[in-house]
Amino acid sequence: MCTGRIDPAFIIRAFSNGIDGVFIGGCWPGECHYPMEGNYYALSIALLTRKILEHIGVNPERLRIEWVSAAEGVRFASVVTEFTRQVKELGPLGKGEGIDRERLNLKLKAIQNLIPYIKMVERERLGAPVHTEEAIKEFFASVEADRLFRELILDPLVKSEIMALLREQPLSVREISERLRLSASEASRHLHLSARQGLVRFDESQKRFAPA
Amino acid sequence: MDRVEGEAGEFNVTLTKKPRYIEEEKCTGCGACVEYCPIKVQDEYNQNLSLNKAIHVYFSQAVPLITYIDPEKCSFLKNEKCAICTGICKNNAIDFYQKPEKMEVEVGAIVLAPGYEIFDPRLQGDYGYGTMQNVVTSLDYERILCSTGPYEGDIRRPSDGKHPHRIAWIQCVGSRQVNPSGGNSYCSAVCCAYTQKQVIVTKDHDAQAECAIFHNDVRSFGKDFERFYQRAEKLPGIRFIRSYVSIGKEMPETKNVTIRYSTDEDGVKEEEFDLVVLSVGLNPPADVKELAKKFDIELTPQGFCKTNPVNPIETSRPGIFVSGAFQGPIDIPESIVTASGADALSAQLLSYRRGELSTEREYPEERDVAGEKPRVGVFVCHCGANIGRVVNVPSVAEYALSLKNVVYAEEALFACATDTAKKIADTIREKGLNRVVVAACTPRTHEPLFRDTLREGGINPYYFEMANIREHCSWVHAREKEMATRKAKDIVRMAVARAARLEPLKEFQLPVDKRALVAGGGVAGMTSALSLANQGFEVYLVERDSELGGAARRLHSTLEGLDVQAYVNDLINTVYRHPLLHVITDATITTVSGYVGNFTTTLKAGWMVKEIRHGIAIIATGAEEYKPTEYLYEKEDRVLTQLELGERIARGEEGVINSRCLVMIQCVGCRNEERNYCSRVCCGHSIKNALKMKEINPEMDIYILYRDMRTYGFAEDYYREAANRNVKFIRYEPESKPQVEAVEEDGHRILRVTVADPVLGQKLEIDADLIALAAAVVPSATNAELSRLFKVSLSPDGFFQEAHVKLRPVDFAAEGVFLCGMAHYPKHLSETISQAYGAAGRAATILSKDSVTASGAVCEVKESDCVSCGVCISVCRCGAIAFRDTPQGKKAFVNPVLCEGDGLCTAKCPTGAIQLKHFTDEELVAQIDAAIGDA
Repeated sequence: MCTGRIDPAFIIRAFSNGIDGVFIGGCWPGECHYPMEGNYYALSIALLTRKILEHIGVNPERLRIEWVSAAEGVRFASVVTEFTRQVKELGPLGKGEGIDRERLNLKLKAIQNLIPYIKMVERERLGAPVHTEEAIKEFFASVEADRLFRELILDPLVKSEIMALLREQPLSVREISERLRLSASEASRHLHLSARQGLVRFDESQKRFAPA
Repeated sequence: MDRVEGEAGEFNVTLTKKPRYIEEEKCTGCGACVEYCPIKVQDEYNQNLSLNKAIHVYFSQAVPLITYIDPEKCSFLKNEKCAICTGICKNNAIDFYQKPEKMEVEVGAIVLAPGYEIFDPRLQGDYGYGTMQNVVTSLDYERILCSTGPYEGDIRRPSDGKHPHRIAWIQCVGSRQVNPSGGNSYCSAVCCAYTQKQVIVTKDHDAQAECAIFHNDVRSFGKDFERFYQRAEKLPGIRFIRSYVSIGKEMPETKNVTIRYSTDEDGVKEEEFDLVVLSVGLNPPADVKELAKKFDIELTPQGFCKTNPVNPIETSRPGIFVSGAFQGPIDIPESIVTASGADALSAQLLSYRRGELSTEREYPEERDVAGEKPRVGVFVCHCGANIGRVVNVPSVAEYALSLKNVVYAEEALFACATDTAKKIADTIREKGLNRVVVAACTPRTHEPLFRDTLREGGINPYYFEMANIREHCSWVHAREKEMATRKAKDIVRMAVARAARLEPLKEFQLPVDKRALVAGGGVAGMTSALSLANQGFEVYLVERDSELGGAARRLHSTLEGLDVQAYVNDLINTVYRHPLLHVITDATITTVSGYVGNFTTTLKAGWMVKEIRHGIAIIATGAEEYKPTEYLYEKEDRVLTQLELGERIARGEEGVINSRCLVMIQCVGCRNEERNYCSRVCCGHSIKNALKMKEINPEMDIYILYRDMRTYGFAEDYYREAANRNVKFIRYEPESKPQVEAVEEDGHRILRVTVADPVLGQKLEIDADLIALAAAVVPSATNAELSRLFKVSLSPDGFFQEAHVKLRPVDFAAEGVFLCGMAHYPKHLSETISQAYGAAGRAATILSKDSVTASGAVCEVKESDCVSCGVCISVCRCGAIAFRDTPQGKKAFVNPVLCEGDGLCTAKCPTGAIQLKHFTDEELVAQIDAAIGDA
């Protein structure tokens, strides 16, 4: 198994379980044990996941990726010790950020549901043009990556959050906009779009939206 | 060993097995007898720095891991008193009446691997060893650093058990001695590197430690050793001091020791240290003369094994081979290489009866447990004291029993011991276990062993999961016992969660094509090809040039005086005459496909395109000489490389041999930023050419400008000879490299070399009429292409990267591909030959089998979930995945043989249709979920 086997779902799963920090250790670039260079894929996934975490208000420092070779026991120990210290400083997940647990869980669930889509987007659009550590880091720090992130991830994420909410119980536009802290017009735009795609329907009897 | 009779192919060896006073089959290695034995003895394994008992296990990883009684110390064996151990032993394993046992064995070949002794500094008595308590040898210190050592890995000094903070190493103790009285003239070759390791480990233990290394030349000539040296040197509080030293005095109160030394900057100084480590050299085995007599082999003047000049693994007696440091001072990777080489040479001798004595191992039939509920058994290992000292093992075992699906849990002293493994297998059957978790060390070393245990227990080997509570727990949390125990429980809980979801997997048996392909027709390639052919395998030897010989074609003699051209021509003739060897010259490899046991390689040789099927490949494509851009090379025709100089000496070129003044400049093009490695061979080549020149023209002035003379091993004697013959050695620092300019004087064109002499502290000008540059050995330009074709990796320096420096020095990580010669790293001819036999030995382990086993942990597609997006195909660099037509349309399909089991595709697949078996989403998510547990 290679670091590239790390599925973004694993990371989100860990945070959903209430884990305060996730550490990914990979082989140094250029020292991949497989012919794959999966460590670059891992870096790409980690940086994208950090962006998503940041967007939902989770401190992205809670996810760290570092290169540590199998021969670098000491480096591994010092990196992990340092990361542990940092996570302790950040405090418990959510509390450290000042987001309440329920709201955070909803957001994490929304992301979890969106992962197949995120994987597709990462592969098709949101990836660095070349596979070097510098290129990948540069790409994810670029304005272009921010733009693509906004265009490709944010709307689907809101939609996914709405779906997650509706799966719990049918809700009105107003209720959704309150729960998700969206403007009413935004919420209604998403709902109508989702209704057109056949994902939600308006339940006339309850005067609320429900999953289709 | 009493006697060897007969000859190669049919030796008759008489052995005496000394009594252990323990019945080996009965002893479980529980150690109760050791605990109760009242006789304390010095622990030889720990360099007499700690105590053991008269009955003891030799050391904690000994094989077999059972006790033995020291007859010199045991009070029953001496005067029939005591016998407490017989009362303690639950298995009645103790037998005081065991007698020496004579046995005769018939063997076809003999491999001598008696190792070495360390130099005993007491012999010369000049460093206070044996009289000052805080002067220790490097082997003493090695034990002090070790977690199974006298202080359990705590660094303490002998006099008062305190932690030493100021530690000095003295290099070359017993080695490189001009007047060897009791010491050795040769360089022991391993001490520079082991000292650097000890420094790094010391700093790991104690970041505040101040270390001083008093050294002569720093000989970091091995692969990646230069970087290792830099790593040690850059640590804070480390000083590498180039100086001869003498021990001053022992301080009466503190028992600290002073060292007197001198530096170019400060003159003579005396400094106090808490502990002094003598980096002692390597001696031949203590009983070497008797050994040589019994085996009827010759020794060198230094007392090591005399070997064939063109085969360092052959002794003077046919059929008897040598491996390891009995050849001379060599390090672990080289020892391992010679071991595989001795294997190849024995096999050449005995190939006609290969396999006659082997029997196929039979396992009990695998029980089908698919329908059963998980029944997990957990075995928690103490690993002697490695784990048990920190982690509360009994409480971890008890905790494991409380976990869901766990039906059995037990502690083990050493879970990996043969008898424990058998007990685990028995427990699997008795308790009906269908999953096993061993909480111990790392799966890297022990997973194969325990998987085998599961097979012995009658269940699928993939029902095994390892919880690493040693490297990941006890070793890193030695000071937080309670927390470490909690962490061990967390790790076990996660392992159990995954274990419960494991699935049985089938390994594939793949037929092996018993032909070999050797890329590169130099000495390395020819030697390994010939060895394989001599073992009965058909070999294709592929060479890029139009003739065989490689770099050796440009080499005319070795330091030891071998006529290289005669040797190479002879080798080429033997290669061409061998009926099983097919030589293809002017060839380029264009494609490589397939996998271990079944490769297909296409070649272009001229107009011909040839497809070769083969079971293994050896990469022996050599290296190249660096073309200097410095020191007026190619601008002045009297500036040559050492290889060019060697060629001209061999041709007897008047203009060269009649030179009045020759200046050699070392380290040209390496040990710099661009090539951060030492080319290993140049110092030897320069000395060789200098000696040749002195022989031809004793009047010639020869200067060698060097950074460190790295004439390691027996080459040191030639270095001394050169100095004795008035070759002048001037050291330079990389910051002030020599300058070369061409000047006209009195109508002569002179090459003026300016160099700063650190000893004299001034600039020297030498007017030379010939300059020889020790040009670096650089990786071959074709390496990148070959590495792509064979899917093998290159080191940061561009040489081929072996699978593991020590454990698998001639293997690639890619199964079935091996390497040898300068493709691996620069090396001398004899080292190349050794390694070529080593590669042949390793390759034959595959070719001699009818089939190879491929892992079951590969990817698989659940077709109903596959949306044919192709992402898996695009990320798979093994080329293992392709679309295939199914009634439901195009679906991804994995060729399990090509799949490397990295799982990249699994992480990329949007629908989870492709799963890496043994690391499925379900298994890993269960493990992630269990991380939080009830903590």
